[in-house]
Amino acid sequence: MNQGSSRSTWQEAYSRSSAAGSQGTTQSGIDLEPVYGPDDGEFPGSFPYTRGIHPAMYRSRLWTMRMFAGFGTAPETNQRFREIISAGGTGISTAYDMPTLLGIDSDDPRALGEVGRCGVAIDTIDDVHDLYDEIDLSAITTSMTINSPAAPIWAMFVANAEAQGVARARLGGTLQNDILKEYQAQHEYVFPPRPSLRLMRDTMVFATREMPKWHPISISGYHIREAGSTAAQEVAFTLANGFAYVELARDAGLAIDEFAPKLSFFFNAHIDFFEEVAKYRAARRLWATWMRQRYGALDERSWQLRFHAQTAGVSLTAQQPDNNHARTALEALAAVMGGAQSLHTNSFDEAWTLPSADAARAALRTQQVIAYETNVTQVADPLGGSWFVESLTDRLHDEAQEMLEEILEIGAGSMLQGCLAAIDNGWFEGRINDAAFAHERAVQRGERVIVGVNAFTDGAKSSPLNQTDGGGEDRQRERLRRVRQDRNDDSVRDALERVRTAARSTETNLMPSLMDAARARASVGEIMDTLADVFGRYQAAAR
Amino acid sequence: MTLRVLVAKVGLDGHDRGVNVITRLLRDAGMEVIYTGMFQSPESVARAAVDEDVDVVGLSILSGAHLTLAPLVVGALRDRGCDVPVVVGGIVPDEDVSALTAAGIAAIFGPGSSLESIVDTLEGLVNSRSH
Repeated sequence: MNQGSSRSTWQEAYSRSSAAGSQGTTQSGIDLEPVYGPDDGEFPGSFPYTRGIHPAMYRSRLWTMRMFAGFGTAPETNQRFREIISAGGTGISTAYDMPTLLGIDSDDPRALGEVGRCGVAIDTIDDVHDLYDEIDLSAITTSMTINSPAAPIWAMFVANAEAQGVARARLGGTLQNDILKEYQAQHEYVFPPRPSLRLMRDTMVFATREMPKWHPISISGYHIREAGSTAAQEVAFTLANGFAYVELARDAGLAIDEFAPKLSFFFNAHIDFFEEVAKYRAARRLWATWMRQRYGALDERSWQLRFHAQTAGVSLTAQQPDNNHARTALEALAAVMGGAQSLHTNSFDEAWTLPSADAARAALRTQQVIAYETNVTQVADPLGGSWFVESLTDRLHDEAQEMLEEILEIGAGSMLQGCLAAIDNGWFEGRINDAAFAHERAVQRGERVIVGVNAFTDGAKSSPLNQTDGGGEDRQRERLRRVRQDRNDDSVRDALERVRTAARSTETNLMPSLMDAARARASVGEIMDTLADVFGRYQAAAR
Repeated sequence: MTLRVLVAKVGLDGHDRGVNVITRLLRDAGMEVIYTGMFQSPESVARAAVDEDVDVVGLSILSGAHLTLAPLVVGALRDRGCDVPVVVGGIVPDEDVSALTAAGIAAIFGPGSSLESIVDTLEGLVNSRSH
């Protein structure tokens, strides 16, 4: 490479960006460049994107302040969404309750005590309608944090939006739909891994062909980290799953550069500040290199790792909950210094309860303080070039790369087969559990300090604050009863039969029949049970 | 005497980091620990407690469903004539403690509980019964 060419390449890209001509200054009036570094060094917006995926990063566009919310029934969560939007939130993300996440209806005996508690209860398209009521789905992007029942819930979302007059091609948003990490860490599985992957394939193909603005998978390390993994494991396992989905889509006949730009990631923003910044930088470099070199992607957008981050729920403490504001702010700052495209900040009361409206607003305000007051948005990759951060980036990259190669070896050259085999034999879970155990032992021994928990424990014990009523079980059962009473049973039965027929034929895309079932007002539980008749149910091996 | 402990997860809650860690910590502390796995019903937990002849049952609940599920486990155990103490670990707000105590839960371990306090409490509960 010629001396100075990387800076001139960057300069050219920067001058085409919306930040061209922007003036950056410190609070005291010192002029700021959009990025710093030697002329022949790496610049943001160029392969391998260690320093960020855009040449101007936040000067051209701030991250999306996407707050995750859900509790009780759909109208209650809709109210919270509207509060978030009116407080300046720029995206919404739905948290579903445990029965919905597991494809169980609210009136099922297994749902007892869990309806509307960890998230919002969604049973039918009527609930989806109320969830997004008076929210302009062509203007704000939405994210759905759901996995096993992702396809039926997405079908309800698309069918509802179309009924409201928004064409599917105009819908922008993200479906989490990352099933492999369910068997590795989060445990909200229903079907065995292989039929689950077929459902994912159908959503990927449908999004690629019909919904250009939609991200059909958010490849999620967040839950792997929350379950106890190290930072390097978070990167390695998440990217392994990502490459597995690339192989899945390729096997389904999609061209890599047709769908890879639609993939997005979801990482944790944990409390070890520099390690987190280095983690995002290492993940970008790895993804870009492997996508280009191993998977042969030619489109730059296929190389770029876009990610949403959420501050670490597991770092919040029930003791002295006021301290959680500081934790969340520092974690959010790490995500921003690491180049996140989208961010959720946890509320300080979440170690105890669902966030109250005031706590959720304060969490959003934390992002706004970082975005508008601290000035960290003026310079891309501000920690790039630090000997410490560069060295930590290299180290995390190498550790993760070694694990990726190990998984590939388990799969005899296929990342998809490697992930499946390593799920089947407990390889992932064993490593995550070992890391979680080592952490807890260090805390118990006082080797790792957690303020307010094993050190600095004096002072008044803060009690749980305004409890958000996560319940609404009776209200939701009544809503579902009314739908069951009003709908046409013959249409439901016919629609479910068409889902069953489509499920049996592996070459058929399930999305059209799932959308028909949604329109017939079939419930999530009915659709999932129909699919389970064909696909079977997953039983985790006892270990 | 070596304490035999059944640790269990009832309902739909898939958060198992805590239960995995406490299982290993209690084993390190010299107890015999049987873990049911996730997604158990109150009946299956009671059956396992009787079959395994345990001294104490520990439930891990982080989904907020403790007020519904923990009393059902106690009921299922007592229906089988099993009167071993039942303890709960997880996220239990202060105002729910009295309801759980009234339902027969012998102890509650919130986030950040020390291993030492858990071990002492379990031993105390089992020893006071054998007198």
